[in-house]
Amino acid sequence: MQAAPIKIWDIPGGIHPAEHKHESTQRGLEVMPLPARLVLPLQQHIGARSEPVVAVGDQVLKGQLLAEATGLVSCPLHAPTSGIVTAIGPAPFPHASGLEEWAITLDSDGEDKWTDLEPIADYQSLEPATLLDMIRLAGISGMGGAGFPTSAKLKARPEQKIFTLIINGTECEPYITADDTAMRYKAAEIVAGIEILMHILHPADVLIGIEDNKPEAIAAMRAAVGDRAMRVIEFPTKYPSGGEKQLIQILTGKEVPSGGLPADIGMVCQNIGTLLAVHDAVLLGQPLIKRITTLTGDALTRPTNVEALIGTPIRDLLQFAGLQPDKLYRLVMGGPMMGFTLQSLDAPILKTSNCLLAGSIEELPPPPVAQPCIRCGLCSEACPASLLPQQLHWFALGKEHDQLKRLNLFDCIECGCCSYVCPSSIPLVQYYRASKAEIRALDLQTHKADHSKQRFEHRQARLQRETEQKEMDRKVRAEKAARIKAAKEAAQPSETETSAEATTDVTRIEAHKPTGLTPEQKQLKIAAATAQMALKKAQKQIAANPDNVDLQAQVPELEQACEQAQRTFDEAMGEVSVKAPAPPSAAGADDAKRLKIEAAMARASLKKAERAAGDSPTEEQEKEIYALREQVAVADARLPKDEAPRKPLDESLKKAKLDAAMAKAALKKAERAQSENGEDAALQEEIERCRAQLSDALGVLEQAEAKASQLETSQQRAEKKPVDETTLQLKTDMATAKASFKEAERAVQEARENNADTGPAETELANSREVLDKAAKAFAAHMASKETN
Amino acid sequence: MGMILTAILVLLALALIFGAILGYAAIRFKVDGDPIVDQINALLPQTQCGQCGHPGCKPYAQGIANGGEPINKCPPGGESTIQALADLLDVEVLPLDAEHGEEKARTVAYIREAECIGCTKCIQACPVDAILGAAKQMHTVIIDECTGCDLCVEPCPVDCIDMVPLPTTPQNWKWDYPLSGETLIATDAQRGAA
Repeated sequence: MQAAPIKIWDIPGGIHPAEHKHESTQRGLEVMPLPARLVLPLQQHIGARSEPVVAVGDQVLKGQLLAEATGLVSCPLHAPTSGIVTAIGPAPFPHASGLEEWAITLDSDGEDKWTDLEPIADYQSLEPATLLDMIRLAGISGMGGAGFPTSAKLKARPEQKIFTLIINGTECEPYITADDTAMRYKAAEIVAGIEILMHILHPADVLIGIEDNKPEAIAAMRAAVGDRAMRVIEFPTKYPSGGEKQLIQILTGKEVPSGGLPADIGMVCQNIGTLLAVHDAVLLGQPLIKRITTLTGDALTRPTNVEALIGTPIRDLLQFAGLQPDKLYRLVMGGPMMGFTLQSLDAPILKTSNCLLAGSIEELPPPPVAQPCIRCGLCSEACPASLLPQQLHWFALGKEHDQLKRLNLFDCIECGCCSYVCPSSIPLVQYYRASKAEIRALDLQTHKADHSKQRFEHRQARLQRETEQKEMDRKVRAEKAARIKAAKEAAQPSETETSAEATTDVTRIEAHKPTGLTPEQKQLKIAAATAQMALKKAQKQIAANPDNVDLQAQVPELEQACEQAQRTFDEAMGEVSVKAPAPPSAAGADDAKRLKIEAAMARASLKKAERAAGDSPTEEQEKEIYALREQVAVADARLPKDEAPRKPLDESLKKAKLDAAMAKAALKKAERAQSENGEDAALQEEIERCRAQLSDALGVLEQAEAKASQLETSQQRAEKKPVDETTLQLKTDMATAKASFKEAERAVQEARENNADTGPAETELANSREVLDKAAKAFAAHMASKETN
Repeated sequence: MGMILTAILVLLALALIFGAILGYAAIRFKVDGDPIVDQINALLPQTQCGQCGHPGCKPYAQGIANGGEPINKCPPGGESTIQALADLLDVEVLPLDAEHGEEKARTVAYIREAECIGCTKCIQACPVDAILGAAKQMHTVIIDECTGCDLCVEPCPVDCIDMVPLPTTPQNWKWDYPLSGETLIATDAQRGAA
């Protein structure tokens, strides 16, 4: 396709140094003999260091994976020959710093035996993504200089369509002829590599740029391209037209924006060596394990180009090319313009090493001493990136980083044209490199400071959060505890308040207390007190209501009861009462009250007995319960007719309800017994009886309910008084005491069951009894005083 | 008399109007936070080491902004931080106050893991959560997160934490500036080379 005249553009600046290319092109392409030992640094590319997947002592085959990529911008590493891994660790590394780098050392076994390869002849049938993956897995990184992973470069801007694929066969730097040699002897493979990239990228245009100082390469490439849709473009030699951005400008006239990538303007530039590697990877299935490297310089007797394995030590290569150690003054990796001086011959060549320049002192003299800048401006004229080298120089001296950035220091490609033309021999590029490194380091530091700040702030926030959480948890717990306590307190007084039984319950418990009084004595005492109280009350009512005949009739009865209770109590106490008997004018209302209390007490003791008996009552218990029931029935029977005239109806209603419930319970029990013991005539009878009782009770309940609803409105609740604070308090105290007493009782019980020492529990029980006793007394006294008031 | 009264009333009215405008603007265009403190804080190295006598970088930034603290109390930041602060605040560049420490090469904490007893004290001391470990388990420092503040060294009951300088690798190596030989004239070249 040499038909269409092709417009060639020019780049600003540039220089024409002595080429020194013919020395190394005389011997064609030689193959480097297999070295005994290979050193394979893990960082041969830009990006993350690869991660070894072999261990020391492993036997590996040629082409086997040694280290895998550790990120998107990273590259795997393969064994260049078969052998044994002898070391993984820091090893000599070809770098301007002379520092060591982690590397896998591989001792060759001389067999050079390949691992299984999977060549793909028909790559057109594959997806571009699959091919990109193959390129990535083959460990291909840019082989021209920087070593950017090729697959990452090909998809650097996935959203941007690539219109132009540019093949860089420029090789503008003096001495280097590696690409020249590759084009001369491997043009067909290179073209095949280009076709693979074309299949991946589908570019509209493919341009192969070659400087006009390589006529053999141009001819070979033109022959290989034939009538394919590629154009081989020849253009005048000028350094540094081989720079990616410069080549794009020469071939298309377009400039890559500052800080951007060629992909931003729809172009991708690939090096000749990379294309060879792509060809090998896809069509031969071989990973990147070898490259063409130029060995040149005055210190070598036979400068040449060799196809060498990656990782071959430089010493071996130079010896192959006839190194004269006494003539070697300076060894440069790369070209004389952009290369760097190596401090050791032990370092290996990398995927990016295109040239080794073993220069004599005449060839690479020490740089002349720099002199002051005379502001001649030659550097600006030579700069291919249109920068202002002399300004950059001043700002670099003053370390004014902002100014350097403003003057686009980072667009400098470090080609060295400015240093080359400087009449004062100022090492300008070295200033720029140092400044760039410093700015990068500072940026990194700032970035790190930001990162640290973020971590610090997150940590502070976390600690804050934890403290708050703890505080909140504590609050929630405290609230919960308070709620439980309040609920307890609320539940117990209401219990004592609403049910007469509860009060009597307390007195009953008190009765058990051996606080100087036997339970019987205690009970008697309370009975006496209650009788007295009832009597007082009746008297008061009579005083208020003198013409109530009923009341007056009841008073003597009450008086009698009171007296009797007191007497029995006194007798029980073993002493003759000297207390004044109840006043003679006692009223009948008190009797009713007393009866009521008796009934309630009876009920309470029944309940308690039932509770104690549980589901499986002993005979004794059953007897007791039965007796108590009788008592309750008697008390209840007496109660309504005594009370009816004056008692609030809800009392009888309540009683009726209770009776019904009791009847129900008895029925249930009988039924349960029957289901457990099978058919039994006695049980059946019992059930029948219980049923009858229940229906009676329900009838009574209905009546009571009807009465209650009738009389509810007209009811005068003379007895009901609002519960004052003191009463409530006393009741609460009593309830609490009761609870603790019960607990102590339980503890004693448990101790007994476990055959443990009951001493402490019993002491506790005694204590709680005392407390409860006091509380009950206080309550009784309070109630009594209330009554009298 | 009437004119004076008019003038006073007019001025009073103006004062009220402008006062209202200013009051509104103060609410409407209120700037949250203290921008100068944030700017200063951004220049500090965020080691949170407390060598300046403040409990962290931000308090020092606040001290500089509000309390008139001198800008030369940050040893980890060193000269470059002082320079940057001087530029920002337009004040004189001061030499680093030796009282608060000297500028040292960046270090990172290193736990001699065999000696670590797993007490978690260093973990609690680390301001950036750069130490990994659990009670009675060996601890280790995440080098990339460590700021080299050495706050973890002191709490360690077995003194198994060292502050070690970061090694130079090909990745973090920097090109040197050329030796400044350019004040020499050409005939002195031999002396310069020697």
